[in-house]
Amino acid sequence: MRRVILAVTGTIAGLVALLSFKSHVPSSPVAATAGGPGSGSSSASSPSSASTSPPRGGGQTEAVPGAFPQGSLAGTLPAGETAVNGKVASTSYGPVQIQLIERSGKIVKVAVLVQPLNTLNDIQIGKFAFPKLISETLTAQDAKIDAVSGATYTSAGYVQSLQSALDKQH
Amino acid sequence: MGTVVSFDVPARAGEPRGDGPLGRAVRWLHWVDATFSPYRDDSDVSQFGRGARPLAQCAPELAEVLEACAAISARSGGYFTTTPGGSFDPSGYVKGWAIERAAAILTAAGSAEHSVNGGGDVQCTGERVWRVGIADPLRPGRLALVVTGQDFAVATSGVAERGAHIIDPYTGQPPAGLASLTVVGARLAETDAYATAAFAMGSGARDWLEGLDGFEAFAITAAGATWQTSGFARYAG
Repeated sequence: MRRVILAVTGTIAGLVALLSFKSHVPSSPVAATAGGPGSGSSSASSPSSASTSPPRGGGQTEAVPGAFPQGSLAGTLPAGETAVNGKVASTSYGPVQIQLIERSGKIVKVAVLVQPLNTLNDIQIGKFAFPKLISETLTAQDAKIDAVSGATYTSAGYVQSLQSALDKQH
Repeated sequence: MGTVVSFDVPARAGEPRGDGPLGRAVRWLHWVDATFSPYRDDSDVSQFGRGARPLAQCAPELAEVLEACAAISARSGGYFTTTPGGSFDPSGYVKGWAIERAAAILTAAGSAEHSVNGGGDVQCTGERVWRVGIADPLRPGRLALVVTGQDFAVATSGVAERGAHIIDPYTGQPPAGLASLTVVGARLAETDAYATAAFAMGSGARDWLEGLDGFEAFAITAAGATWQTSGFARYAG
């Protein structure tokens, strides 16, 4: 089975859309590829054969405290584990990139390579949301499920980058 | 409507992404968004809602949707409504209907096995047994249970995803009592609409759902207790 994720409309594009932080104002103009109003474009994620290094961009190399791996784990892995980078997903709040660590075809860790860190809200939301998204990813895999109903947090950027990493993994 | 739709379809050798049946299903969803979004000023729903475009000049699917909404509203004692926030907005039906139809497009194109998940509302097609996890509204990131079935639809309403977004049309307030409510049925359009209506009922949901033929339900209360309709057990994985 091949999984394909398509972002259909833009109103939830971006990590921040999962919460109602009305005060949030994107502080840097980043093209949203998740399909803005009227764009009519679907962004089926496709594996990128390009480099595995995180792209540069405003502010996202700054580390923030949080209970999830930030930055590549590729250099720290024991034998038998490999890192698979998702492509960078652009959201209206900034780029998001996910890295999967797999062992024998199973996801054992998820790291966040790039996340929006342009505002204090971005940082607070990231600390709150990424651990939950990662937990959902691992939970879903452990339960061998095909889909989740009533997903608790929707993050187009996370999902898109995760999907492209899954596409590469298979 | 603003949601992410994911498709789970068997790969076909040599078929580029986005082409073929999958591309048709995606184009359908974009068309639905353009036609039915209450957030687009030029959509049929927006224009019809403010009386600027008569029904006859709208896409014929709008009349189809209105008819289905009226039936569900009547069947739910008015708890399902096309004016949840006061203005015309049939999204409570359109989302599930669009996903169900996207799955049907794949079926018509020859795909025997696929699932389409629109923001946590899922239509599963095919003989295989599908496993659908139900997110735990009280423990984010965890699953409350897994439901299994063939050729079925699963829809969950609740406060988990983006805060309270279902309003009891009789009180104008979020319903008290339920944290999430999952309905399982054959087709997502009705299943999803019933989940929305039943959630708005709050404590009255259980009796109403028990009386619906062809649908089963599982609920988690705000206090963490659970209940289910009498036929739900056959879906419990």
